[in-house]
Amino acid sequence: MTVQQISIFVENKQGTLLKVLELLKEANIQLVASTIADTVEYGIYRIICSEPQRAFATLKGAGISVAISDVFALTLDNVPGRAADAVRILTQEGIGITYMYSFLYEGKGILIFRTDNPDKTRSVIENNNLSYITDEDLTK
Amino acid sequence: MYLHRELETMQRGEIAKLQLERLQKTVRHCMNSPFYRKRFEECNLTPDDIKSLDDLKKIPFTTKQDLRDTYPFGIASVPLEKAVRLHSSSGTTGNPTVIIHTQKDLDEWANAVARCLHMVGLRPGDVFQNSSGYGMFTGGLGFQYGAERLGMMTVPAAAGNTKRQLKFITDFGTTALHAIPSYVTRIYEMMQEMGIDPRKDTKLKTLIIGAEPHSEEQRRRIEEMMGVKAYNSFGMSEMCGPGVAFECQEQNGLHIWEDYYIVEIIDPDTLQPVPEGEVGELVLTTINREGMPLLRYRTRDLTRILPGECPCGRHHVRLDRMKGRSDDMIILKGVNIFPIQIETILMQFKELASNYLITLETKDTNDEMMIEVELEHFDEDYGKMQKLTREITRLLKDEILVTPYVKLVPKGSLPQSEGKAVRVKDLRKPF
Repeated sequence: MTVQQISIFVENKQGTLLKVLELLKEANIQLVASTIADTVEYGIYRIICSEPQRAFATLKGAGISVAISDVFALTLDNVPGRAADAVRILTQEGIGITYMYSFLYEGKGILIFRTDNPDKTRSVIENNNLSYITDEDLTK
Repeated sequence: MYLHRELETMQRGEIAKLQLERLQKTVRHCMNSPFYRKRFEECNLTPDDIKSLDDLKKIPFTTKQDLRDTYPFGIASVPLEKAVRLHSSSGTTGNPTVIIHTQKDLDEWANAVARCLHMVGLRPGDVFQNSSGYGMFTGGLGFQYGAERLGMMTVPAAAGNTKRQLKFITDFGTTALHAIPSYVTRIYEMMQEMGIDPRKDTKLKTLIIGAEPHSEEQRRRIEEMMGVKAYNSFGMSEMCGPGVAFECQEQNGLHIWEDYYIVEIIDPDTLQPVPEGEVGELVLTTINREGMPLLRYRTRDLTRILPGECPCGRHHVRLDRMKGRSDDMIILKGVNIFPIQIETILMQFKELASNYLITLETKDTNDEMMIEVELEHFDEDYGKMQKLTREITRLLKDEILVTPYVKLVPKGSLPQSEGKAVRVKDLRKPF
C-alpha cells in the first residue's frame, strides 16, 4: 500500500540537485520518479527509487539533509478519470492530501501521496478495494 | 545665529573651566548613587580627588553591563520621587538599560535638542514633523520636546504609515522632517508613486537624519532627491537620546555639546586615550544631569575628534561620522540589536541546529536583515517548515523589533568558520 520515498531538503542554489543525483548515480541507484516544486527559499526534492534504504544511507553519509518515509502508492488504470475517482473517495472520507504526484510504471498510473490521516487512509484504501503497489513491486 | 550664544561660542578655556565646575558638582552628586558610592569606595576615591579635568581618568569607566547589573534604578543619583520620566533602551539582552530623568533633566535635554535644531537654521514658524517611534524610543519625545522648546509647531507623526506621513507633509506644510536615512528613501519612493515632487509640492527644506549609520554619499543623495539640506544627528538613550551631537550648517562633523558632556576617545583594548584625531571608542561623562549622571560611559561607538576650527564660531569639538562599534551591536532601522539576542531565540527551537548567519543587506534601498539558520532535523513536512519559519520570525520580531527574513537551510550548508564564528555579514550599501 505504501512505498518508501526519499525526501531531500535542498537549498535554492545552483548545483544542489546535481550533487544529489551524482551521489545516487555513483551508488548505482535507479530513479523511478522524482518531483520538486519551484519555491523561493528552499525545496523538498522527493524521489521514488530502487533500494530506498541504500539511497537514504548514501545521501545521509554525504551530509545531505534527507528523510525517508512511507507514502501511499495507488495503481490506476491508464484511462481518463481514474485519479479523480481515487481522490474523490479520500475526499469524501474527509482525508486531506498534503502532496501528490504521479508517474507511469509498467503501463499503470501510480499515484503517490501523503495524507493528514495515514491510519484512516489505510482503512479507506482497504475498504474500497483500491489497488496499490508496495516496495517489492518497485524492486523486482 | 546662536540660540544659546554664550554657551555655544565659549572659547576652549571657558569650556574647560565650566566642565571642571560641572564635573566636580556631578561627582559630588553621584555619591547619592549607591552604585557610584560603592565604586568610589572600592577605588579609594573621593569627590575631593577630582581637582582638574585630568583627574577624570582616576574614575573607572561605566559600561552598559553596569547599567544592566544595577537595573532598574541602582545608578540613579536622586530618590525616585524626584524623577518624572523613565526611558529604556530598545531590545537588549537580559535587562534593558533604564535612564530616569528629573524635570530639570528634561528641560536641559529639550534645550540641547532645541539648540541643535536652531543650529541648522530652524526657527519658530517652521513646521517640524517627527517620524521617530514614540514611546520608549528616545527619538520620539526627545525631538518633540526640543522642537517645541524652539517654538516650532511640531507634528508627532511617529513611525510608519508612509502615505499618512506624506499627507501630513503636504497638508501641514512641513518644513523640517526628522527621519532615519533609510526611511527618507521610502518616503521619496512613495512621493514618486503618488506623483509628488518634493521640490514643488512640499515646503520641505531641512531633514534631520540619524540613528542609523550612513555615509556622506547617502546624505548627498538624500539632499539631491528631496531638494533639502540634510543634517546628521547623534544621540543615544544612555545620554538622554537625540541632542548629544549635531552638525552645524557647515556639515563638517558633529559638534558635541561640551557644556553637557566631557568627551574622551579611548583605545577599546588598552582603554588609554588615543592620539589626538585618531579613531577610538567614544567615552562620555554627563555633567549636566541630576537624575542619573553617568561617569566615563563607554558608548562603544567608534569615532574621532576632527581637528581644526569650525567656521561656524562654535568651539565645541566635532565628532566624525560614527565609524562602527567596538562591540558587535547591529544598528538596523534605528534599532539596536545584539546578535546574542537573535541566537537566544533561535536556540529555543529544538528543530534548529546551532549554526546561523545574519546578513544585513540593502534591498530596493531598504535595509533588511536575513537570518539563515540550519535545520537540525529534517522530516520532509513542508507545512511544518513553513510554520516553524513563521514562529521563529514572530519571536524574533518581538525581541528585536524589526521583522527579519528567516530562511531555513540544510544542515552543513552554512560556512563553518574556523575560530571565532562570523555570525554577521553586513552587505548594506549606502546607495
